[in-house]
Order: sequence, then structure tokens, then C-alpha cells
Amino acid sequence: MIITVASGKGGTGKTTVAVNLALATDAKLYDCDVEEPNANIFIKANLQKIEDVFLMNPSFDLNKCTFCKKCAEFCAYNAIAVLPSDILFFPELCSGCGGCKIVCEHDAITEGKKKIGEIYHGKNEVEIYQGILNIGEARAVPIITKLKSYVNKQNTSILDAPPGNGCPAIEAMHGADFVILVTEPTPFGLHDLKIAINIVRKLEIPFGVIINRYGIGDEGVEKYCKEDGIEILMKIPYSRKIAELYSAGIPFVKEMKEWKRNFIEMYEAIK
Amino acid sequence: MRQIAVASGKGGTGKTSIVASFASLTEAVFADCDVDAPNLHLILKPEIMERIPYKGMKVARIDEEKCTECGACQRACRFNAIENFKVMEEKCEGCKVCTLVCPVNAISMYERVTGHIYTANTRFGNFVYGLLEAGEEASGKLVAQVRQKAREVAEKKGIDLIIIDSPAGIGCPVIASIGNTDLVIIVAEPTMAAIHDMERILSVAEHFKIRAVVVVNKYDINEGMTEKIERFCKEKGIDIVGKIPFNKKFTEAMVKGLNIVEYDENIAESMRKIWNKIENKLK
Repeated sequence: MIITVASGKGGTGKTTVAVNLALATDAKLYDCDVEEPNANIFIKANLQKIEDVFLMNPSFDLNKCTFCKKCAEFCAYNAIAVLPSDILFFPELCSGCGGCKIVCEHDAITEGKKKIGEIYHGKNEVEIYQGILNIGEARAVPIITKLKSYVNKQNTSILDAPPGNGCPAIEAMHGADFVILVTEPTPFGLHDLKIAINIVRKLEIPFGVIINRYGIGDEGVEKYCKEDGIEILMKIPYSRKIAELYSAGIPFVKEMKEWKRNFIEMYEAIK
Repeated sequence: MRQIAVASGKGGTGKTSIVASFASLTEAVFADCDVDAPNLHLILKPEIMERIPYKGMKVARIDEEKCTECGACQRACRFNAIENFKVMEEKCEGCKVCTLVCPVNAISMYERVTGHIYTANTRFGNFVYGLLEAGEEASGKLVAQVRQKAREVAEKKGIDLIIIDSPAGIGCPVIASIGNTDLVIIVAEPTMAAIHDMERILSVAEHFKIRAVVVVNKYDINEGMTEKIERFCKEKGIDIVGKIPFNKKFTEAMVKGLNIVEYDENIAESMRKIWNKIENKLK
């Protein structure tokens, strides 16, 4: 079973939920927040690199090139500019689609690999896989896709999604059996939760909501979920102790044993 | 024209609350570039002046009548966006390679309105923001258009400053939000996770040669970690322009739809000091 923990708004407690759920249920954990991976701060596994992630990039053989501009005209990302006797290539705009190589009639384009990130694996109390995007690279999705190739549907796999409702978050939800949306009871939390719910519904994945820092803010999230028939899986109260444990990189199920049972019960209910 | 971006790496550190407070402290055009989860409008309460449709990348569609299910498109798509001879629009990157390889011309590209750019008046002045439809690709393209619109508004109104609310992370929409700004303000928190993320976003700023300063939010939830941030910034020669204590009033203000400067006089004073330091950096 694949469970993705997502949120819309950042900083609502996705990683907290994903880490504590994985520890409580002895599941494998996949940190799909490849721009800012944090899960291993809590798991503390000795991570080993298992794979590099590459994006295909064209290179141009100017001896064969006739400067016909077919490649530049085809490129949907404006990554190629053809001058009278030179080619300008903008790698940061290239998606690696390979189209330029297909349209070139003079065999002047070959593809090379550009490294954009890495996949790591390690084990402490639970097994963890983590993707990481290189600094200055824009495309997180290929790394999440690669990371997901290590997910085995036979096991319980917890995917910690990146914040937001953009393509990296959607890629982390794609193919999941269940999505847990973590929110906080504030107007910002509610606004972004509504967007995330629209996406999960569009992807036709069953989902439920966890309200974190319950007690701060207002009643908006709870009211919305009740009116819309959305299941609230768990409420984690705002607690100075949980916040302090978080700041020090300690998963709270380890120090507050009653919460281990709460996570197991929630997992059984989801199953 | 001076441009400042407020970014963080980690989400939920307080970017939007801080940007909203600046609205009370200076005259600027505010631009919310967190286009897939924007929140600044919840505080600024815009009166919308202009609603401009945003067309994202085109997406492929397969004509079932013509399709012979040969699978050439599925093999050629590098984004795994075609499954069972159907395009999953949320994965399609609009590259058109499938239209090239289809032997029976069953695939064509469609342009769709996938979001909007709004220009608005608020009780503080001018505001531009973008909003993507749920589940659409949040490319830097919409961010770039929001920033372009903000520049146009600023030029038209004779305003010399744009303040940008960036999304979390370090990828495509973040690079589009902070690129070519004069200063990026990184909002950090004294937690192990947020410090890790702060270091990465600072590296991104360095990579693109953008000057950065740090604000430590909720600095008193773990003062040991705050000292760690201070040591790190000192070593790197990065100025910390302010430290904000944890205070429930930030959430109370948000619930009331106000920024913290409007809501609490004491905190307003410390926010003013932070803003003055930032303004000095721009001189």
C-alpha cells in the first residue's frame, strides 16, 4: 500500500506525520520533497547514494548543422537559438524531451546526460529512500519519478510529498492508494487545503485530513471538512513539547508513546 | 526599479506574514508568486481591477478514432505522460514529441487557460498575484508573467519597489521568483529541518549571484538552534536583519485578516526596525 502525505501549504507537518507514521507502522519511507528533504533529520540513517539522476541534454555538431532552425522552431521551451553560424543552447530551459534530435534532418544533434540530482538509501529503525535536487536545477519531477521506482506496492510505503500544489506535489501523489492531507487550523491552511483536495479528487485517490497544531487559529478547517463530508483522520494538538522535539529532530512517537498507538490505529483505519 | 523577494526553502516559516507586514511599512507593488498555493490575498484583501487569463504549456490529446494503439507515443514520451493510449494532462510537459512520432497523426496539441493573473487595489496599494487552476503545472512561466505585470504596474504608477512573496522549495517557481532581484530575504526558523533548508536556499541565491539576508522567525522556540543560525550566517558573511519571537498574535492577526503591524503595536515596532534595515541594504 502506498500512502502519500501531502499538504498544499508548507510547514503544516507533512514530514512529522510521514516520519511518525513510518516509525509506528514499520513502513518504508520515501522523502519526495527533493528540493528540501528533511525526513532523514528525524530517521538519522547513514545514507548511501544508490543512483544519479540525469536529464537528457542535446549537443550540437556544428560541422553537420546547416542552421536550418528546425530544432529551434520545434522546441516548446525556447531552449535553442540558431544564429547564422552558431547555436545557443540554454540548458536551464531544456526539459530533456528529445524532440530536437528527432526533427534534425542532418544528424547534427546527439544527446548527453546532465546530472540534476541523486537518490539515497539508508536504514535505521525504518528504511528510508531520499531524492535530492542539485542546487540551481529547476526540475524536481524527474527525481521524484526515479525515487518512486524504488517503491514496492507489496510493502507499506509512506511518501513524504513536497509542499504546494504544483507538479512535484502531484507527482508524489500519482499512483498512491491513499493521500493524507496535513493542514493547520488557520485561514492559510484552509485555503491551500481546498486546492489540494481539488487535486486529489481529480486524481481520484481516496484521502483524509490530519489537523496539526489543533487549537491555534480558528474553526474553519474543521467546519469545512464536516460540511463537505471529509474524514478527519487525526488531530494533533498544538503542544510546546511536540514543537521542541521537532526543532531538535526527534520524532514525537518516540517520546510520547500514546501517539504510537494513535498512528497505528489511524493506519488500520486507512487500510 | 528595485525588487526584493522573500523566500525560505522550507514552507510555513512565515514568509507571507512577513511580506504582508511590509505592506504597512513601505510603498511598493506586492507580487504573490506562490502561484499554486497563494495566501497573501487573504490578508491584503484585493479589490480586483484586471483578470488576465494565463495559458500554460499546450497539452497533447489523442484522437481515439484515429489511434491504432501502436504505442509509439508512449515509448517516445520522456515524462511518462501517456498510459493506455491516453494523455495524463497533469504529467504532459507540452513538448510535442508524441505528435512527431505518431504514424497516423492522431495527436494534436491544445492550448488551455490554466490560471489567471490578477491586478488589484488593496488598503495598502497595488497588488499583483497569480492563481493556477488546481492540478496544473506550476511552471516558472506564470511566475515570470506575474513579475512582468508587477513591473508594468510599478512603472505606470511611478513606484520604485516590488516585493515578491516566493513559494517554498528551491526548484523552478522559486528560481523564477528570486532570479534577478536586488535582494532576497530568507525567513528561517530555529529547527534542524529549517536550518538545513535555509542553507540550501542560500546556496541557490549564491548560485544565481543574488544578495541574501536572513530573518529568524520564532527565534525563541529553540535558542540553541538560533545561535547555530547566527554562527552559520557570520561565517558566510550573511547579515541577520531581524529576529522575531514566537507569538500567538501572528496567528490571531491572520484569523482576523490583518497583518501583524495593524494588529499589534509592539510587534509593529520590531517589524519596522527590520524593514528599515532591509531598506538600508537597498541603498
